[in-house]
Amino acid sequence: MARVELRALAKSFGAVPVLSGIDLDIADGEFLTLIGPSGCGKSTLIRMIAGLEPQTSGSISIGGVSIDHLRPHERRVAMVFQSYALYPHMSVFSNIALPLTMQRLSLWERLPLIKLLSSRRRRVMPEIAREVRAIAEQLQIEHLLDRRPARLSGGQRQRVALGRAMVRHPDVFLMDEPLSNLDAKLRVHMRTELAELHQRLKTTFIYVTHDQVEAMTMSDRVAMMDAGRILQLGTPTELYERPINIKVASFIGSPAINLLKAKVGHDGYIELMDRRLTLQTPLEPGADVTLGIRPEAMFPASSEEIRTGRASLPASLRRKENLGSEFILHFDVAGPASVVARVPAGPVVQAVNGSVELSFDVAACHIFNEQGERIEPNPLDSCELSRPRTLVASGGGV
Amino acid sequence: MSTQPLPPSAVQTSPGLARTRHILGLVVTHGLLLTGAAFILLPFVWMLATSIKPPDEVFTATFSLWPKRFYGVENYSYALTAAPLLRFALNGAILCGGILIIQLLVAIPCAYALAKLRFPGRDVLFVLVLLGLAVPVQVPALPLYIGLANLGLLNTYFSMMVPFFLSVFAIFLLRQFFKSFPDDIIHAARLDGMSEFEIVWRVVTPSAWPAIAAFSVFSIVAHWNDLYWPLIVITDASLAPPPLGMMFFANAETGSNYGALTAAATILTAPLVITFLFARRQFIQGITMTGVK
Repeated sequence: MARVELRALAKSFGAVPVLSGIDLDIADGEFLTLIGPSGCGKSTLIRMIAGLEPQTSGSISIGGVSIDHLRPHERRVAMVFQSYALYPHMSVFSNIALPLTMQRLSLWERLPLIKLLSSRRRRVMPEIAREVRAIAEQLQIEHLLDRRPARLSGGQRQRVALGRAMVRHPDVFLMDEPLSNLDAKLRVHMRTELAELHQRLKTTFIYVTHDQVEAMTMSDRVAMMDAGRILQLGTPTELYERPINIKVASFIGSPAINLLKAKVGHDGYIELMDRRLTLQTPLEPGADVTLGIRPEAMFPASSEEIRTGRASLPASLRRKENLGSEFILHFDVAGPASVVARVPAGPVVQAVNGSVELSFDVAACHIFNEQGERIEPNPLDSCELSRPRTLVASGGGV
Repeated sequence: MSTQPLPPSAVQTSPGLARTRHILGLVVTHGLLLTGAAFILLPFVWMLATSIKPPDEVFTATFSLWPKRFYGVENYSYALTAAPLLRFALNGAILCGGILIIQLLVAIPCAYALAKLRFPGRDVLFVLVLLGLAVPVQVPALPLYIGLANLGLLNTYFSMMVPFFLSVFAIFLLRQFFKSFPDDIIHAARLDGMSEFEIVWRVVTPSAWPAIAAFSVFSIVAHWNDLYWPLIVITDASLAPPPLGMMFFANAETGSNYGALTAAATILTAPLVITFLFARRQFIQGITMTGVK
């Protein structure tokens, strides 16, 4: 069992804290992604799990056994690096075989010339070769085994690096931005392959990325990190639908969430650009809040289309981006601010021009207070929801 | 953008003008380089010319590179028979080879540690290495001589080599090279179970060939041509490296037979030139990659 537990893990370089108080339980066979902006400490964390960086305090255990005192190769983890980190002067075969020769041959049996004297080596090497070929076959790189890494494409190098990690049958795979150096098309392809590989191997994966699409598409759970802390840990859906603060909300999702300044009115309802929304918060009247609205929750509409439970703001179209199946619409709104809407392609979008009312579902709004933390709106009783907008606007407060 | 618009005539003539300027620039730079090269090559050419001249032509007032009477065979055969030139060359090879091997064995792990390992005092050590570059070889000569004399090691190959086993220059040059070696590959090697020594010799060193070739040329040239230290510790002519051998040869046998003397010098310089020609590409690559110019 390869359950990974991190307890109060901290790291500082001199007086500069890089990571502080990381507590994380990763289940056996789970695909956990560490995501965050560059410099948030996610790579340092994965290197600490690998044993390449010593932690300042705290402990790491795999399968219930503490591995703090173990050297990297004793930890039964394998790592795939962003730069692939293949041995440049060795063939693909030697690159993949190296972890096995290191495990199974003694120092004497690895020395140049002297190794030729060992009869055990002559027995062990064919075994290793068989395993390397089996892995190469899985990754479809058998025809590359004799080449040097310099003569491989990015995607091929990536596979070799994966092969070198897989050949050891580790308890935990650590992946440090493995797809970042690939071109866009190959990245999408390798994303699927990695996810399938995880399903097949059923091994624990800890995956570092700054790309939220990778995090959303592959992971069982995502840990969003910033400034050396885990901001939020949850399933991709949880992070997307209930971001704990503005940082998480704006990092997850593409195009990024729309953030609009709003105020709490005297009756506790939120007022956005002098329009009252059917959103009530426990915050003091007059408090500043930020409303987060996902681009796909926005829809340009003529005013009669605005139904109950939806609100709207006046906006003027700045630019349309045609993505084929959908459009990304950029609007200017009062504030001044800009708002992005993601709308399926269709006659409605084609017609959008100039000034429109931008309709959005009030229930899909995320409310953040002045500190940027998520605030849950007060539950509205159903009759209030069903009341027409005009009535709500004239109605009393709490 | 902010430049004044050119008059139409200037716009029309500019391509031709640009080409003449380009050619002029090439002529000037190449002229300067050729002059420099001529100055550096002249003594060498003079040596070659003198080595094929008969004695009476060496000091003639007229300037000529090619002798009226070809005397090369006599000069070279005299040089080869009158002095154990091949013995000197062999001594030089043993000396340079021994020094180079030990220098690399010592400097590569040192440079790796200074470039890639984190340990307290590393920066102080590196400053000490840099200070070591500033100490001329003559400074520790006397204590070294006394030490070797007391150990009874004078007049041995070992005494000629030992002061140079630790090359701060090699440590410095290789450290600069190793600095640019990707950390991730070293991390991968650690995860795969390699010890630091194996990382040094199996992973890092094979990628450092250009730097090693560059350093080898520096080292071999310096020690092949070194007269100072062998002159101090060697009195036995059979152990003499090329320059010391030349000195013995000049004193004893030839007197003022400059033709034979330059023939001997040519024979003893040739291995160096050949070595450089072979290692030239790696040498230049190593120099440009490590930033030592």
